[in-house]
Amino acid sequence: MTDLSTTYLGMHLRSPLIASAGPLTGNPAMWGRLEEAGAGAIVLPSLFEEQIEHDIFAAASAFDRSTDVSAEALTFFPDLDSIAAGPHRHLDLVEDAVERVDIPVIASINGTTPGGWVRYARSLESAGAAAIELNVYEMVTNPGLSAADVERRLIELVEEVRAEITVPLAVKLGPWFTSLGHLVVGLCAAGADGVVLFNRFYQPDIDVETLQMTPRLHLSSPGEVRLPLHWIGALRSTVDCSLAASTGVHTGDDLLKLLLVGADAVMATSSLLLRGPEHLAVMRDGLREWMLMHEYESVRQLQGAMSRANVPDPQAYDRLNYYQVLQSWTSPVRG
Amino acid sequence: MVERNVAAVDTTLANLHRVPLGSTVTSTTGRRRAVPVGSGSLPHGAFIERVTARMLAGEGDLLPVSALPPDGTFPTATSKVEKRTIAAEIPIWEADLCIDCGKCAIVCPHAAIRMKVYEPGSLAAGSVVKTKSFRSHDVPGMSLTIQVAPDDCTGCGLCVVACPAHDKSEVKRKSINMRPIADHLDAERAAWDEFDALTSVDTALFDPASVKTSQLRLPLFEFSGACAGCGETPYLKLLTQLFGDRLMIANATGCSSIFGANLPTTPYAVDEHGRGPAWSNSLFEDNAEFGLGIRLAYEAQQRGALGLMQSMTDVLDPELVTAVADGVGDVDDLGVRAQRERVAALDASLDRLDTAPAARLRGLTGALVGRTMWIVGGDGWAYDIGAGGLDHVLGSGRNVNILVLDTEVYSNTGGQASKATPRGAVAKFAAGGKGIAKKDLGLEAMTYGDVYVAHVALGASDVQTVKAMLEAAAYPGVSLIVAYSTCIAHGFDMSRSMTQQKAAVQSGHWPLYRYRPGGGEATHPFTLDSAEPSMPYAEFTASEARFSMLTRSNPERAAELLGIAEADVRGRWEYYRQLTDVERSAPAHAAVAHPDEDHAASLEDEP
Repeated sequence: MTDLSTTYLGMHLRSPLIASAGPLTGNPAMWGRLEEAGAGAIVLPSLFEEQIEHDIFAAASAFDRSTDVSAEALTFFPDLDSIAAGPHRHLDLVEDAVERVDIPVIASINGTTPGGWVRYARSLESAGAAAIELNVYEMVTNPGLSAADVERRLIELVEEVRAEITVPLAVKLGPWFTSLGHLVVGLCAAGADGVVLFNRFYQPDIDVETLQMTPRLHLSSPGEVRLPLHWIGALRSTVDCSLAASTGVHTGDDLLKLLLVGADAVMATSSLLLRGPEHLAVMRDGLREWMLMHEYESVRQLQGAMSRANVPDPQAYDRLNYYQVLQSWTSPVRG
Repeated sequence: MVERNVAAVDTTLANLHRVPLGSTVTSTTGRRRAVPVGSGSLPHGAFIERVTARMLAGEGDLLPVSALPPDGTFPTATSKVEKRTIAAEIPIWEADLCIDCGKCAIVCPHAAIRMKVYEPGSLAAGSVVKTKSFRSHDVPGMSLTIQVAPDDCTGCGLCVVACPAHDKSEVKRKSINMRPIADHLDAERAAWDEFDALTSVDTALFDPASVKTSQLRLPLFEFSGACAGCGETPYLKLLTQLFGDRLMIANATGCSSIFGANLPTTPYAVDEHGRGPAWSNSLFEDNAEFGLGIRLAYEAQQRGALGLMQSMTDVLDPELVTAVADGVGDVDDLGVRAQRERVAALDASLDRLDTAPAARLRGLTGALVGRTMWIVGGDGWAYDIGAGGLDHVLGSGRNVNILVLDTEVYSNTGGQASKATPRGAVAKFAAGGKGIAKKDLGLEAMTYGDVYVAHVALGASDVQTVKAMLEAAAYPGVSLIVAYSTCIAHGFDMSRSMTQQKAAVQSGHWPLYRYRPGGGEATHPFTLDSAEPSMPYAEFTASEARFSMLTRSNPERAAELLGIAEADVRGRWEYYRQLTDVERSAPAHAAVAHPDEDHAASLEDEP
C-alpha cells in the first residue's frame, strides 16, 4: 500500500494535497466532497481585516449618510439591532468546518494592522482552526520603504502572532522578494512553522474602451507551477520549516514534481475551481500510479529527492539554468 | 497612543485663556444678506425683499399676516435668491476637453451646471466666461459655455462622474473636475452672473430629441432643496426644459411636493417672457384625479373660448379665427410660438371691442394655446395611496401624462416600504426584508391597450428618457412614465446616483422599455430599450445597503429572498422579451370620443 501521508507544520496529514483558500473552500457544500476526494487538509478563505473594517464602515455609513439630513425624516432605515458586522460570520464558518470534516481545517487571515493580525489569529484559533495561515498580500508601492524594512515588518508580525497562539503557523508569501531564502529563514526563526509559496497576486487590468482600471481574476495556468517548483527546490535544503507549494498545480505530475523538489504539502485552487473538488482524487491517483510504477512506497521517500542538495547538478537551480535556457531556445521566426 | 491623547487634553486645558469681549463691535465683516444685492429688480422683487428675504433670515414669525399672499399663490423663480453655498467642492470646466455632450447638465439634480450656446461675439471684452466653439451641423459657428452656479451647487459630483471626456495623457483629468470651492468661488460667481445674462441662441431651432440639444434649453426647475445627488429632480428639470413654458403640473404629496414648493422659495422658474410651469400640490390620495380635473378644466376653457370666438366672426378677422382654431392642438415649440402670436393678435382685437362676450373671451384666450398636463408623484402615491385614482385616470383616455418618480420606498416620510419596494429590500415596516415582489405598474397600465407606457432610468439611458418624455407629451391619450429614481434611502454614496441607475438596468432590476399604442392597425407596440441583463443581480443588490443590510442582519433570509428575486428578474425579462413579439391593434386614444364633453359646461352660455 502506497503511503501518501506527510507532515506539514508539524501536523500529520493523510495526503500532501491541500485544498487552498478560495471560493470552493468557502462553500460548506464542498467540504465533504473535498474530504472524499482525498484532501489532506483544507484552508478556508482568508478573513480579510480590510473587508471587516469596510463592512463595519459600510453598515455605519449607510445609516449615518441618511440620518438627520432632513427635517422631513430623521432616518431612512429601520433600526436593526442585529446587524452583524465583524468577523462573526467567518468564525462561524471555521467552527462549522471543524465540526463537519475530520481533516485539519486551516484558517487564513489577511490583515492590515498589527493588532488586526493578532486579534483575528486568536479568534480563529479559538474557533477551532488546526493551524493559522498568514496570507501576506501587500503591494509595497511606497519608495520610502526598503526591502529590509518590508522583511523586518513581516518578521515582527510573525513574532507577534506566534506569541499569541499555540497552533501551528504558516506564512503565505508572494514571489517578489529580493532575497527570498533570507526572508524564509527569518520567518521560521521568528516562529513560523512553515511558508506557502506562493500567493497569487491579482493585478488590475485596463478596459481600453472606458480607460478604467478593472479588477480581473485570472486563474492559474499549468505552466505557472514552475515558479514554486524552482523556489522550493532551491530552499528545501537550507530551511528546516515546512514548505508548501501553491500556484499552478493542475495535474498529478505537478504534484509529483513539487514533492520531488521537497514540498511538504501541495495546494490547489484554480484546478479545483475549474474541474471541481473531485479533481483532487485525479491528481492523487496520478501520483499513486507513478509511485507504483517507480516502486516508491511513500511520499516521504520521494519528498526532496530532487531538491537543490540532492540533484547531481545544483547549478540547474542557479544562474546557469538561465543561460542554458536562452541558448537552447530556437525561434520559429527565421531571418 | 492613549498617553498622547491624555497629553493633548492636558495641553489644551493648560492653554485655555479667557477672551474678554469688548464693548464695541470692531469687525468689518457683516452677515451676508439673506438675498443677493439686486434681488429687488427681479420679477416679484418687492415681494422677495419684503417677504422672502425675511423668511430666509429666520424672521418669518415677525411678518404680519397681511404680508402673505391672500390666495395662497406664491411667486415662482425664487430659489435663485437663496444662495446657500453648501458645496465644499464645485465642478470646474476645462473647455479644451469638452465634447459638448450635455451629460453633465442632464444629470445635475439642481440645475447648477448648465450649457448655453450663443453668438461668438456675445462675450464682452475682459469676459471671465470660459468658451469654446460649439459643434453643430444645424447651427454652425456658435460658441458654447458650460458653467456652474457656485452658490447653488450641492457638490454631489454627479456631473463629474457622468462626464465622458478626459485628457488623453492624464486620464483622471476630465472636462469637468471637482475643485475646492474656496479657490474658485469668486471667479465662478463672476462667471455665472455673466453667463446668466448671456443671450442664448433660439433653442427652438434645435430638435430637442437628444441629450445635447435638450440641455441647451433653459431649465425651469432650479436650485431646489432636494438632497445632493437626488434621483428624482433630474427628471423634473428635464420636463421643464422640454415643455417648461406650457407645462402644468399636478404634484402628489411627497418629496417632489416638498422640494417643489418649499417655502419660502420655489424652484419652478420662468423664462425671459415670464412663462414657466404652473404647479399645484394636492393630497396624497387624489393627485391623479386632481391632475385630470385640471386638464378637463383647461379643455372646457378651450372649448368655451373656441365657441365664443367662432360666434364672433362678424367682429373678428375670420382668417385669424380659423388660424387660431387650427392651432389649438399645436404643442411643439414653433407651433406654440406661432399660436401665441395669433392669440396676441386676437387679444388686441378683443381689447378694441367693448362687449360682454369679448370680455369673456378675453379672459379665456390663454386656453387657446397648447399646454401639456403632467401628473407627478412618487411611488407611495402611484403604487399605494393614490393607486385607485391613478387607475381611474389610466382608464380615462384623456390627454394627460403621468410621471412616477419611483424610489421604491416612501422617501419623504423616512423609508417605509411601498408596493414599489423590491423583494429582499429592507425598509421600515419591512425590517426583515420585503417578501413580496414589486408591483409591475407599467404592465398594469398596458392592459388598457391605449396607454403609452415607458420605463426609464436617466443614468442608464438619458436619450431614452428624453425620447419617452417627448413621445408621452405628443401622444394624445394617457401616458405613463415610470422613472427609476435613486434615493438616499437606498443606502449608497449618492455621487454614484447615476451609475447605480445603470447597474439597476444592467442587472435586470429595471428593464427599459416603451409601450407605444398604435392606431387601429396591428403593430408591435412593446419595445425593449435595454439589453439582456449582463450583471449578476447579486452584484447589484450587494452595492446598496437596503439589500445588503439584510445579509448582515439575517443572512439566511437574505439568501432566500435573493434567490427568489433573481428568479423574478429572469422571469420578468423573459416575459418582456416575449411581449416584443406581441402584435396588438390597440385603439389609438385620439379616435375615442368623450361622451361627457357635450355635457361639459359651455362657457359661452354662462351668465
